[in-house]
Amino acid sequence: MSENHTVTTAEADIEEDLLVEEVSIDGMCGVY
Amino acid sequence: MKLVEHFQHGLDAPICLTWELTYACNLSCVHCLSSSGRRDPRELSTEECKAVVDELQRLQVFYVNIGGGEPTVRSDFWEIVEYAVDHQVGVKFSTNGVRITPERARWLAESDYVDVQLSLDGATPEVNDPVRGDGSFDTTMTAMRNLRDAGFTGFKISVVMTRHNIGQLDEFKRIADEFDAQLRITRLRPSGRGADTWDELHPLPEQQLELYDWLVAHGEDVLTGDSFFHLNALGSTPLPGLNLCGAGRVVCLIDPVGDVYACPFAIHEEFRGGNVRDEGGFTGVWRGSDLFSRLREPQTGGACSSCSAFDSCQGGCMAAKFFTGLPLDGPDPECVKGNGERALELVGAGAPKPTPDKDHSRTGKKKQTGVPVAIGWGPPEPERLPDRACDTSPLAGMPAPREVR
Amino acid sequence: MSTETFAPDRPYRLSPSVALRPEPFGALVYDFTTRKLSFLKTRLLVDVVHALDDAPDAHAALRSAEVPDDDHDRYLDALAGLASAGTIEVRGD
Ligand code: SF4
Ligand code: SF4
Repeated sequence: MSENHTVTTAEADIEEDLLVEEVSIDGMCGVY
Repeated sequence: MKLVEHFQHGLDAPICLTWELTYACNLSCVHCLSSSGRRDPRELSTEECKAVVDELQRLQVFYVNIGGGEPTVRSDFWEIVEYAVDHQVGVKFSTNGVRITPERARWLAESDYVDVQLSLDGATPEVNDPVRGDGSFDTTMTAMRNLRDAGFTGFKISVVMTRHNIGQLDEFKRIADEFDAQLRITRLRPSGRGADTWDELHPLPEQQLELYDWLVAHGEDVLTGDSFFHLNALGSTPLPGLNLCGAGRVVCLIDPVGDVYACPFAIHEEFRGGNVRDEGGFTGVWRGSDLFSRLREPQTGGACSSCSAFDSCQGGCMAAKFFTGLPLDGPDPECVKGNGERALELVGAGAPKPTPDKDHSRTGKKKQTGVPVAIGWGPPEPERLPDRACDTSPLAGMPAPREVR
Repeated sequence: MSTETFAPDRPYRLSPSVALRPEPFGALVYDFTTRKLSFLKTRLLVDVVHALDDAPDAHAALRSAEVPDDDHDRYLDALAGLASAGTIEVRGD
């Protein structure tokens, strides 16, 4: 999984009961 | 339950913490989110910064984005970075490159847990310098060469997307590949001095589609800070990411004087939850302030709730709405369905919009409208002595580190 | 990062470069080496991960965390995922 890849809404719907989810550390608004 | 739903209720500590170490900056970018320029005399001292690191370590905030101003002009900058990584707080710092000398680049290449992000807003000086200042393109490119020569790979090149550089996306990618770096592109927000320049800089409606298509094609290798989720309504392929405004829930900002804001793009009294110097420290603000609790309550979609794209767009960016005078529960000013433009017309006709109320621009740079502007920078002129502590040169009290010529 | 496939009959532990931060719904996992962030989305899974350290194998960790029998496969899958991401690793003893 690349750093920028996170679970998209569509995927999350299917895999709703995933026990582990990876999140991009860049995946939230930080500095410019 | 989906992770986003957990996030909506907030976490015990932030995931994405931005920490601006100084409002001092050698540049005066026309879109600066923090209206930086002059050092604020109330800036946290070295010891106070270390105490913040200690607190972040206790909270298990494993990673911070350090920014500014130009953080590296603080004479204790490298000391604070070292202290953070020695205390299990990894650092990515954002810089215009002014202090990334060959020697410093070698030091950085050797340190684990320190990542560097260089700001570049044009793939050519002609596009970059009108926004970031004369000579700034060369400064950044020199820093990038120094990092490459030192063997530092994977550093970030961070571009704020404007109507002038969207056409250069492929060129930015080529530059990043050439340096073995990673491209990061983010959304321009009308925050800080950006409030004055947003109208002339933000991407045109037809460019939004160009950007969206480019992201769908290249999204896997390009970082975006998830900042383009408002574009999701443009197509059926959702952009990777959480599609959530994280302000006060997973995101926050500690500013140079210790004020804690819900988001780095929301530097305004409205979004200030408290100060790290307050009794309960940062933890008290994050866990107990009224503002942060309010932001974690379920939000209503307002005018957006009937929109077919609401699930993936969520009405867009709170800060963008606030600084353009739009209601926070309505559409984003750059709503791709055109609802933002209609709403903005109403604002234009009506009440005044809030303006950023924490300005650290250098005198004369304040009411700067109009891009491009010629921006010079250099050492302070000795004959212009400050009349207030706050009015000093950005580099006042900061002896130049040894490695600078 | 582990190259071997997950073997539930072997002893595991949290990798030394990984830290867990408790959250109301589970835990946040941060790997200082890969700079990857992930979430364990149930408290039970957090208990399992903590139990690995003292368990002779992964099966035993599930039992000591009292994972219901019906959920064993799901939790073993989750552990396999954590092993391939390098979050947990075989304990060499
Ligand atoms: S206010 Fe805007 S920039 Fe800040 S977290 Fe929300 S969407 Fe991101
Ligand atoms: S109306 Fe609201 S939810 Fe729909 S696209 Fe516009 S900003 Fe997004």
